[in-house]
Amino acid sequence: MIPFQYTKANDVTDAVRLIAANGGAKFIAGGTNLLDLMKDNVERPTTLIDISRLPLTSVEETASGGLRIGALVPNADLAWHPLIEKRYPLLASAIMAGASQQLRNMASTGGNLLQRTRCAYFYDTATPCNKRQPGSGCSALNGVSRGHAILGASASCIATHPSDMCVALAALDATVHVTGPTGARVIPFADFHRLPGDTPHVDTNLGPDEIITAIEVPAKGFAANHSYLKIRDRMSYAFALVSVAAALELKDGTIQEARLALGGVAHKPWRDVAAEGALRGRPAEEASFARAADLLLRDARPQAHNGFKVDLARRAIIRTLSQAAHGTPQSQSNKTIQ
Amino acid sequence: MSTLNNTAKTYTGTATSRVDGRAKVTGAAKYAGDFNSGGLAYGAVVEATIARGRIVRIDASEALRVPGVLDVITHENRPRVADSDEAWKDDVAPEEGSPFRPLYDDAVKFNQQPIALVLAEEWEIARYAASLVRVDYEKQPFVTDVHRKRDNAIVVAKPDKPRGDVAKAFAAAEVRHEADYFIPTEHHNPMELFASTAMWEAGGPLTVYDKTQGVQNVQGFLCSVFEKKPDEIRVISPYVGGAFGAGLRPQYQVVLAVMGALKLQRSVRLVLTRQQMYGLGYRPATIERLALGAQRNGTLDAITHEAIGITSQFEEFSRNDTGWSALLYASPNARYEHRVAQLDVPTSCDMRAPGAATGVYALESAMDELAVALKMDPVELRLRCYSDRDQNENLPYTSKRLRECYREGAAAFGWDKRQPEPRSMRDGKTLVGWGMASGVWEALQMPVAVRIVMTANGHAEVSCAASDIGTGTYTIMAQVAADSLGLPIENITIRLADSTLPRAPVEGGSWMAASACHAVIATASEVRKELLRLAKLMKTSPLADAVEEDVALSDGKLVSRTQAERGVSISDMMRHGAVERIEREKTNEFAQDNAHARNTHSAVFAEVKVDEELGVIRVTRVVSAVAAGRVLNPKTGRSQVMGAIVGGIGMALHEETIYDHGLGRIVNHDIAEYHVPVNADIHDIEVIFVDEPDTLINPLGMKGLGEIGIVGVAAAVANAVYHATGVRVRDLPITLDKVLTRRQAA
Repeated sequence: MIPFQYTKANDVTDAVRLIAANGGAKFIAGGTNLLDLMKDNVERPTTLIDISRLPLTSVEETASGGLRIGALVPNADLAWHPLIEKRYPLLASAIMAGASQQLRNMASTGGNLLQRTRCAYFYDTATPCNKRQPGSGCSALNGVSRGHAILGASASCIATHPSDMCVALAALDATVHVTGPTGARVIPFADFHRLPGDTPHVDTNLGPDEIITAIEVPAKGFAANHSYLKIRDRMSYAFALVSVAAALELKDGTIQEARLALGGVAHKPWRDVAAEGALRGRPAEEASFARAADLLLRDARPQAHNGFKVDLARRAIIRTLSQAAHGTPQSQSNKTIQ
Repeated sequence: MSTLNNTAKTYTGTATSRVDGRAKVTGAAKYAGDFNSGGLAYGAVVEATIARGRIVRIDASEALRVPGVLDVITHENRPRVADSDEAWKDDVAPEEGSPFRPLYDDAVKFNQQPIALVLAEEWEIARYAASLVRVDYEKQPFVTDVHRKRDNAIVVAKPDKPRGDVAKAFAAAEVRHEADYFIPTEHHNPMELFASTAMWEAGGPLTVYDKTQGVQNVQGFLCSVFEKKPDEIRVISPYVGGAFGAGLRPQYQVVLAVMGALKLQRSVRLVLTRQQMYGLGYRPATIERLALGAQRNGTLDAITHEAIGITSQFEEFSRNDTGWSALLYASPNARYEHRVAQLDVPTSCDMRAPGAATGVYALESAMDELAVALKMDPVELRLRCYSDRDQNENLPYTSKRLRECYREGAAAFGWDKRQPEPRSMRDGKTLVGWGMASGVWEALQMPVAVRIVMTANGHAEVSCAASDIGTGTYTIMAQVAADSLGLPIENITIRLADSTLPRAPVEGGSWMAASACHAVIATASEVRKELLRLAKLMKTSPLADAVEEDVALSDGKLVSRTQAERGVSISDMMRHGAVERIEREKTNEFAQDNAHARNTHSAVFAEVKVDEELGVIRVTRVVSAVAAGRVLNPKTGRSQVMGAIVGGIGMALHEETIYDHGLGRIVNHDIAEYHVPVNADIHDIEVIFVDEPDTLINPLGMKGLGEIGIVGVAAAVANAVYHATGVRVRDLPITLDKVLTRRQAA
């Protein structure tokens, strides 16, 4: 780990001022990913600005009927928050599918969005990686690619985004509230994370001197018909091979509105509005789900070692939509797949 | 008149909580990296980032400029070390080859090889400075993939003794099964990181706290490597946080810690990072080829078992993978061959049940496939091939209750309700599969020396250089000492794992329990003799006419075996004889018996539930029935077997060290990406100890339990997956993608 300066921000304005004044500085909240990356010499901040004491820890109802979640609400608190459990159980479920209890206790809501990929080459400074060192090459392209992207990848990077929570937030049409030197702005969730293109070192559209202050979820929470299903190599504490967040609004067995987002398959939480559109007006049955899955995966391009992901994603989409339609969401405490 | 056996409380055979449990859960137990001293310096290792080549230049100037950095040791400026292979061979080193010498010269023999040691005032400084050491390499071509070396793997001498004409018998067999099985490289991943703290003292010996399974092995090795006299280095390892074989050989960090201490003339601590642990030994990736020829009635005519394991370019490590096949089952014709592929990787090493965990996985998978081909119940097939003799040596066993393992295990599991057809059992959306396998391991025993110091207050200190690697050695030695000295277990203090204590081999091979416990008994009998001598000195001694065989220690007294009321208390005898302490040391040697084979056995039954659409596998039940002689401590024994079953489930479904063979580098070198089972993966586990009286093997009739628990588990799970899905995955681990894609291909 490299030597670094440590400083505390007193409020959001102070945090923005500090990061703008310190080239090479990074914010630290829970540190659950940043510290690992620093120990591995992947992240080398000159200064850590501690934002963990900023007053961004509340969950408040908004005038439009949604919820505004402070960026520093710990993942565990969010998952167990009564309003989240009651109105946004899809979000609670996705959080509980991720990491471990200890990590969820430490990790913040904003930090969860800013997790870096778990691509092994990104972590290993002895290997080329365009995300870590632009222009050095992508080791995964010709290396071990079992866990990598099947959608939206580029010749520069085939990494995936590791978050579970973000998959649910993408499905729920969340927005990201940020503040920077020129003031506050709101970024739709779909625009927050980026595809790798030829700049895979830039994960998000958050400005260099901006801070996430809150995540807002709109009124519609799909509490009645939703499910988050995570398929992984062991039953807990493993990143998704494929995960699916599904939410439906049903009327007499017909889909009025659908949300569908995938994790573990792309450089960002992968939401497909075309596939959602194809579900609208259809009966909530397997044929409809299969059609949506095929549509979502129409451009899937597997890597050398993850051809299975395309078929697995299709199967997982069908299962998750079916769980949502039946009102029997996947339990995250009982690890049995339903 | 009461006889002793009726009144004495015996700890031996009674479930007893760990005597070191409180120290461990409260943090009082100190591990190798926990010891401290004034002026301690910290080390950090710089590793090679190429798989093979030469170091052209190491530039440590930037690292040396970091405030707090004390030194950077490389092959160019290291202290003198021995320069013969013989000097670098520890007790467990392979016979063939040239052991790895850290920081010896400019050769890079594997990725993650240590090439520099940074020493600093603080651990963080050392680690940072290590990242500043610049290395230029001359790269050379390398191979890390066993499949690329399959055809030019070299034959190793063992195993031997083929019997009959296998080729002819196989060709003539009514039913044949032939297949390759593959076990990938696995790393031990003990919870405790490898660590050494070398305490330097001017003019005194160097005391080294090390994570090891054998302090005397490390001590002898260090003396030899650094050309020191035996009293100049002392090695201590009171507690070990898991090792599973990784700590049998001295690891490089202990060499580097000593090197640092000698160079700085200061105490040095070196703790490897989790990532660096993947630069150590591992269970070798192994290709196993089985060919079984049988008659329709299920008797075997021919067994061929060939294995190709991996090792480094500089040492030939291998264990017996293949011999188990024709040891276990009656077959007039059998042939084995073991080869090793030499790759640009570190030397492979022992990992829990080395050879058997892998070889028996292949054998028991093949037996399952044969049962399918014969349309015979898998248990029935094994009974048809059952052998009461060691087939390799043609010897009877001291005891073998494998038949009872099958019977008791099957009954507890409910095996009779199994429907034989694959994909025929369901639980809602999931396919249910039931599989079974046999397990076999050796019941080894070694000479061990134990010292007992008994004091007049009825306390005894029992000491020995053996390690307790978390298996319960402290506890069972205390149980046996309490019984043989007639004292409450609270009055026994066990001291272990200090190289100055009486002689013991490394803790491995499941031999330590029987070996150490019998050494306790042997030494306790010397103490008893001395007490009898003292008793006879007393006037009107109730034991005046007693002879050695007639007396025993019980309840703090030396008593007549036949008349328990005739006795004298330990304190009276010692006070009367004006003796404050009785100290005895004895090495126990087991009687030579070349007329019997000594093995432990098991029958493992597993249930899996597989999501038919998604391929997700859960091991919902495991029943393991183990025959391992007399079980000294059912509580720690059960823990041992349970832990081994979890390891076996990991071997079946999760564990794999993944190499990027293009880079010659491990890509999942941390605990997040190298998967072992987590709690959510583990469901019901039932351990049954089958009653196996053994009057031949040793006085207590006991065998070791450290390894038998893992043998057969992976095969039982793999066989259950086949039964559930109809998909036979022959390359571990059985991940869901293999089940899904191969089902479609089938």
